[in-house]
Amino acid sequence: MSPVVEAKGLKKYYDGVKAVDGLDLEIGEGEIYGLLGPNGAGKTTTILILLGLTEPTAGEVRVLGHNPAREPLKVKRLTGYLPENLGFYDDLSARENLLYTAYLNRIPEKEAKRRVAEVLEVVGLKDVADRKVGAFSRGMKQRLGIADVLLKEPKFVILDEPTSGIDPEGARQILDMIVRLRDERGMTILLSSHLLHQVQRICDRVGIIHRGKLVAQGTMGELGAVVEEGEHLFVVRTSRVDENLLESLKGLEGVTAVEAEGDLVKVRATADVRSQIARAVLAAGVELVELKGHTYTLEEIYLRYFQE
Amino acid sequence: MSAVFWKELADHLGSKRFVIFFFLILIVGGASAYLAAQALFGQESAGEFIYLRLFTVSGGGLPSFLGFLAFFGPLIGVVLGFDAINSEFNRGTVSRVLSQPIYRDWWINGKFLAGLTALAIAVASIILIIVGLGLYILGFPPDGAEISRAAMFFVISVIYLGFWLSLGILFSIVFRQTATSALASIALWLFFTLFLYMLAGLIADQVAPIKPGVSADVFAKHESIRDLVLRFSPVALYEEATTAILIPSYRGLGIAALLQEASIPTSPLPLGQSLLIVWPQLVGLVALTSVCFAISYVIFMRREIRST
Ligand SMILES: Nc1ncnc2c1ncn2[C@@H]1O[C@H](COP(=O)(O)OP(=O)(O)OP(=O)(O)O)[C@@H](O)[C@H]1O
Ligand SMILES: [Mg+2]
Repeated sequence: MSPVVEAKGLKKYYDGVKAVDGLDLEIGEGEIYGLLGPNGAGKTTTILILLGLTEPTAGEVRVLGHNPAREPLKVKRLTGYLPENLGFYDDLSARENLLYTAYLNRIPEKEAKRRVAEVLEVVGLKDVADRKVGAFSRGMKQRLGIADVLLKEPKFVILDEPTSGIDPEGARQILDMIVRLRDERGMTILLSSHLLHQVQRICDRVGIIHRGKLVAQGTMGELGAVVEEGEHLFVVRTSRVDENLLESLKGLEGVTAVEAEGDLVKVRATADVRSQIARAVLAAGVELVELKGHTYTLEEIYLRYFQE
Repeated sequence: MSAVFWKELADHLGSKRFVIFFFLILIVGGASAYLAAQALFGQESAGEFIYLRLFTVSGGGLPSFLGFLAFFGPLIGVVLGFDAINSEFNRGTVSRVLSQPIYRDWWINGKFLAGLTALAIAVASIILIIVGLGLYILGFPPDGAEISRAAMFFVISVIYLGFWLSLGILFSIVFRQTATSALASIALWLFFTLFLYMLAGLIADQVAPIKPGVSADVFAKHESIRDLVLRFSPVALYEEATTAILIPSYRGLGIAALLQEASIPTSPLPLGQSLLIVWPQLVGLVALTSVCFAISYVIFMRREIRST
C-alpha cells in the first residue's frame, strides 16, 4: 500500500528564512501522525506545502499519490484541512457555513443537507446549528471546523493545532473525536501541535520538527530508545531515603547522577546497573520497594532535542 | 463556481453598502430624471427620442443621470470589490475555502460575476424606474428605437461598472489591508473622474496653446491632444460611448465631427451606426477590465494561502 504522504527533501525558504529545510516525511494509511515542534519550527509551512497552498522551494511531495502543486484539486478533494487560524463567515449560521463548503465540493443539495446535519450532530453542535457563527465561542468554532473537515468525507485529514486555545475538557473531547475518526472511519490523520502530552496521548507516530528539520521520528517507544542510547534512567523506590544510600548509589560504577525526589531516587547511568542498584540498596540496610527502568515521556524526549 | 456566485450575490444584495448605494442612485437618478422630464414636458422641440433625453438632460441644478452614473458609478463598482479577497484573508476563511476542490481563478471569477450581477440588477431597476417615471409624466410609451438604445445604455453601463469592480478586486488582492485598498480605489477614482480631465487640458495647453487669434488648426490640435489623453480614462470612454448611444445624432468626438455637424443637418443615426462609433470605446473598456483580471490572476495564483 502506498503511503498517504510521501515527502522527500522538502525545502521552503522565505528570503533568507529557512522555514522548512530538507524534510522527509512518510505517513501510512490509518495512522495518526503528530508533527511536534516549538513555535516557528515549520509545522504550518509543511502543511501548506502538502495542500498545495504554497509551493516548496525544493523537494518532492505526493499526497494520496498526487503532486499537490500540480494537481491541487485531486489532493483537495480527498483531504480535509483544519487551519491554524480558523475563520468562518460570521454573519452566516453554522449550518449555512457548512452548506457553502458542501457546495464548493459539488455535493448535491439534498445530500449536502443530510451530511451537514450529520456532522453537526457528530461534533455536538446540533442545537446551535442555526445560530450565527459570529456568536460562537472559540471552542465551538473549533468543533465547527472539525465538522467542516468531515463534510467532504476525506481520506486524509490535516489538523493544524486542533486544540490551541481550547480548555482541557474541550481539548480532551477533540482528541477523542480524532481517535474515533481513525477507528470508525479509517481516516489517516496528520496533526501538528506543540502540546506534548496531547500528541503523546493519541499519536501512533511522532515527528519532532525543529528549525525546519525533522530531528527525530518514530513511535513513542522508538523515540525513547533513541534518547536512551548511552543513557539509562532508573527509578528506585525504597522504604527510606538517606545520605548513606545516595552516597553508595553515587559510588557505583557507571552511575552519572543520583537525584532524590521524596521517597523516589532517580539514577542515571551509562549502562544497565539494575542489579548493582539492588545490591547497594540492600547493603545500605534499606528495603527495596520498586526498581524500574524509566520510559521517557515525550516531554523529556522533546526537551532533550531542544537542549542540544 | 456557481456556489461562489450564489453566495457572493446573496452577500451583496443583503449588504448594507449595496443597499445604501442602491438607494443613493435611486434617489439621485429618480430626481434627475424627474427634473429632466419637467424640463422637457410641453417642449414641442423635445420631439424625437424624448425618453433617452431623460438620461442626458440635466435640470434644476442636478447633473443628468448619465453624468451622475459616470461620476459615481465607479465608486459603486469599486465598493463591491475592494475587500473581496483581502477580507477573506483577514477573516481566516481563505484557508478553508481554498482547501476545498476549487480553482483560485474560479473563486475570483465567481466573485466578479456576483458583483457584476448585483450591479446589473441595480442599474436595470433604476433605468426601469426612470422609464416608468417618464411614462407617468409624459403620458406615452417609448418606441422601439428608444427601448433598444436604452438597453444598449444598460449594457455599456454594466461594462463600465464591471471595469471598476475588477479594479476593486485587483486592489483587494494587491493590498492586504482593506483600508488601504479602499483608499487606493478612491484615489484612482478621483484621478480618473477629476484629475485626468485637468491633466488632459494642461497637456493640450502646453502642446498647442490657444491664444487669441490662433488658426483653426491649432484649435483642432488642442482638441485632439486632449482627446488622446482622455482615451486612457475609462470615464471618458464611457461618456463618449453612452453619449453616442443616447444622443442618436452624435457623430463622434473631435472638431471634424463638430464642423460636419454644422454643415449637415443633424439627423439621427441608426443604432448600428451609433454602435460602430462606440465600438472602440467598448473594446477599450473590456480591455481595461481584462488587464485588471490578468494582473489579479498572476498575483493570486501563486500566492501563499496562510491566514494569520
Ligand atoms: N510569509 C513568510 N515570510 C517569511 N517568513 C515566514 C513566512 N511564513 C513563515 N515564515 C517563517 O517560517 C518559519 C516557520 O513558520 P511556521 O508557520 O511554519 O511555524 P509553525 O511551526 O507553524 O509555528 P507555530 O507553532 O507558531 O504555528 C518561522 O520562522 C516564520 O517566521
Ligand atoms: Mg503553525
